[in-house]
Amino acid sequence: MERASLSAAARKDPTPHGSVAPTLVDFCRELRDEGMNVGTSELLDAFDALERVDWTRREDFREALAATIAKSQEDRHLFELVFDRFFFRAAEAEALANRAELGGELTGVQDRAGEGEPGDRGEAADGGQEASEQFDADALRQAILDAIERGDDAALRDLARLSIMTLGGAPSSGVLGVDVQRVRRALQLRSQDLPPGEEGAAQRKQLQQFERHVRRELEAALIAQTGKLPTVRPLNELNRALPSSGAQDLAAVHRSVKMLKRAMATQGLEHRGHQRTGAVDVRHTMRASLQTGGVPINLRYRPRRPRRPELFVLCDVSTSVTSASVFFLSILHALHDSFKRLRSFVFIERVAEVTEVFEKARAFAEVSERISKTAGVADISGYTDYGRVWADLYEQVADDFDPRSTLIVLGDARTNGRDPRADLFGAVAEKAGRTFWLNPEPTLYWNYGDSVIGVYEKHCDGVYECWTSKQLEGFVRELTTTRRR
Amino acid sequence: MAVDQAKPGATAAGAESAEALGAGLEAVGYLPSDTVSLVSYLAIQMGKPVLVEGPAGVGKTELAKALARHTGRELVRLQCYEGLDEAKALYEWNYKKQLLRIQTGAAGDGQATDQWDSVSDNIFSEEFLLERPLLHAIASSDPVVLLIDEIDRTAHEFEALLLEILSDFQVSIPELGRIEARTHPIVLLTSNDSRELTEALKRRCLYLWLDYPAPERELEIVRLHVPELDEQVAKRLVEIVRMVRELDVKKPPSIAESIDWARTLLLLGAKQIDRETFEQTLSIIVKHRTDLDLVAERVGVKLADRGAGPAGA
Repeated sequence: MERASLSAAARKDPTPHGSVAPTLVDFCRELRDEGMNVGTSELLDAFDALERVDWTRREDFREALAATIAKSQEDRHLFELVFDRFFFRAAEAEALANRAELGGELTGVQDRAGEGEPGDRGEAADGGQEASEQFDADALRQAILDAIERGDDAALRDLARLSIMTLGGAPSSGVLGVDVQRVRRALQLRSQDLPPGEEGAAQRKQLQQFERHVRRELEAALIAQTGKLPTVRPLNELNRALPSSGAQDLAAVHRSVKMLKRAMATQGLEHRGHQRTGAVDVRHTMRASLQTGGVPINLRYRPRRPRRPELFVLCDVSTSVTSASVFFLSILHALHDSFKRLRSFVFIERVAEVTEVFEKARAFAEVSERISKTAGVADISGYTDYGRVWADLYEQVADDFDPRSTLIVLGDARTNGRDPRADLFGAVAEKAGRTFWLNPEPTLYWNYGDSVIGVYEKHCDGVYECWTSKQLEGFVRELTTTRRR
Repeated sequence: MAVDQAKPGATAAGAESAEALGAGLEAVGYLPSDTVSLVSYLAIQMGKPVLVEGPAGVGKTELAKALARHTGRELVRLQCYEGLDEAKALYEWNYKKQLLRIQTGAAGDGQATDQWDSVSDNIFSEEFLLERPLLHAIASSDPVVLLIDEIDRTAHEFEALLLEILSDFQVSIPELGRIEARTHPIVLLTSNDSRELTEALKRRCLYLWLDYPAPERELEIVRLHVPELDEQVAKRLVEIVRMVRELDVKKPPSIAESIDWARTLLLLGAKQIDRETFEQTLSIIVKHRTDLDLVAERVGVKLADRGAGPAGA
């Protein structure tokens, strides 16, 4: 139904290039499937914009669409991924259809070169025919390195095609990743060979770009070979994740923590409506009874005290979670911004309280620096020792727990082969009112290797995968919607 | 719609195509990337506001100024801050003038009843209206460029206020009715991405993400503004600024600061950027004490000492 209305909206718009409209609508639908918010108004804007630019140029076409459809940097990133995938598939589908019409007279690359992008594909293919005889791998390698150094994207694309033709004699393994690696190995392209440091960064990026081209070409060849398009696989979190700086994420984390605060503040108040009253307040009742001549007609009740959230947050800062610990620390930082009654701890081999550090320093960078310098949580090995952490925690802190307190553990539950001491953790969790575990590893890796999250899970009220601010938000939302027991 | 009489785009000179606009912007001292000129062109053609996001100091505000210079329009700027409200952004009644009007009325003849009607009609007319930037932008008889700067600093409520203006180019004033735009302004909103803007606002805008320019472009920008500087020095300067940006500093140097630094080096007559020059002039691109140490430590050591060859250090 939704699609129908969109098509109608598109049709209403008297675009001179009517054939684009359905494609664009499909494109938007795919974007929406990936979770982007594309409304009809955006779509109409996109049509409007396309009318005004010379969209025969790929760049202009893409930019015009992006400006009207993708309205944030995250969206833009997503847009580009979907754009590449969608139009690549569209082009290939077209090529397949054409080929069916031609009756398959032509074969392999020539055929694709004829239909895809007219000019440069044809040339490259022609060049490739001769080249496959005279170019050996070394010359090709040199040409690629030159192109990488120049940053010449078009040349890279041609070279990718060329190298597949030169080296692609071996039958395809059917798995793209393997084939890409095969080409790369044959050409001996290693990122180590590029100049190190900042100068090499751009070139390394170019090398990745080259690999993308190779992958794309192989994919196209595979499609031509099998005669059908592969199924669309939704983008996964890794694709989606922005190569973002810490600062941007920090804002998102702060937002979710604010949500968490609201959620915690209203905890325990759900009975307010029908069960407003608690225990009888005798003193108050007696005083009220004076009005009725000493007969306690009106009972007075003690008011219910709203639950005051008391948070204990434990954060793993060992090397196994290095990538996540910045994220974890930013959660801690945000928590300290919102909660007054919060005590935070970091641990590797032992536990150290860092509440004061957070209270004294405001800037995030400063906090993380201080923690790494002064916390003194690593003894010898630098590997997490959960057993000892629980023992420490039980001894030093657990007495401060009460049924109203909430314990949140941020860690990967990898014990490095040491005793997990789930019994101690159970005892700690027992003392705290509620216990949650946020694990930075994808659920897929849980309980593999030395991960013992399953052992701890029994004692927790919830275990969540959490390494992006989106997931943190999910955790908070879950916390607000599910009532405990 | 009143907008129709001023057909969007019809008034903007030099906007026949994105390339023409890009060249025009370049002529007034702003080097746009292809995306920037395309989106600006679309904004003018479609009559839609543009939401420009990006880190501080990449030339978001400068783009608006350049557009104003290029189109020869007045630049109306609304600087947003926390607590900005209708009275400061849109319009306000001139109470003092209204009071005076009432007093002069009362001081006249004693026929109070007649007076009442005329006065009450009178004091809520355009004469007593104080135009604030937003109203000025749409009520102006000449088309303008409206810059709403750092929209992310305001509260969510303020965004709601903008919606009517941005989509319909009109303002509703309860006492007066609707004021529609006489001309169609080019609207730019900038945001430093410190908070998420509402969907409703984004829906009405085109989106443009500005990032730090590529080294070659930044070099062009520096050369455009400080043409006297030696090309080799300028090249090195851009490289160093880029290195500094890649460090995790509190405030990465903006383009304006690169230009300032280039001017300083020119004044000092530097022939090359060695460690000493760098440390002396460091404070121009780095503005935090902690950053100063970090940059001196990480970048400073890579530079050659004075006297040593470039390959020294």
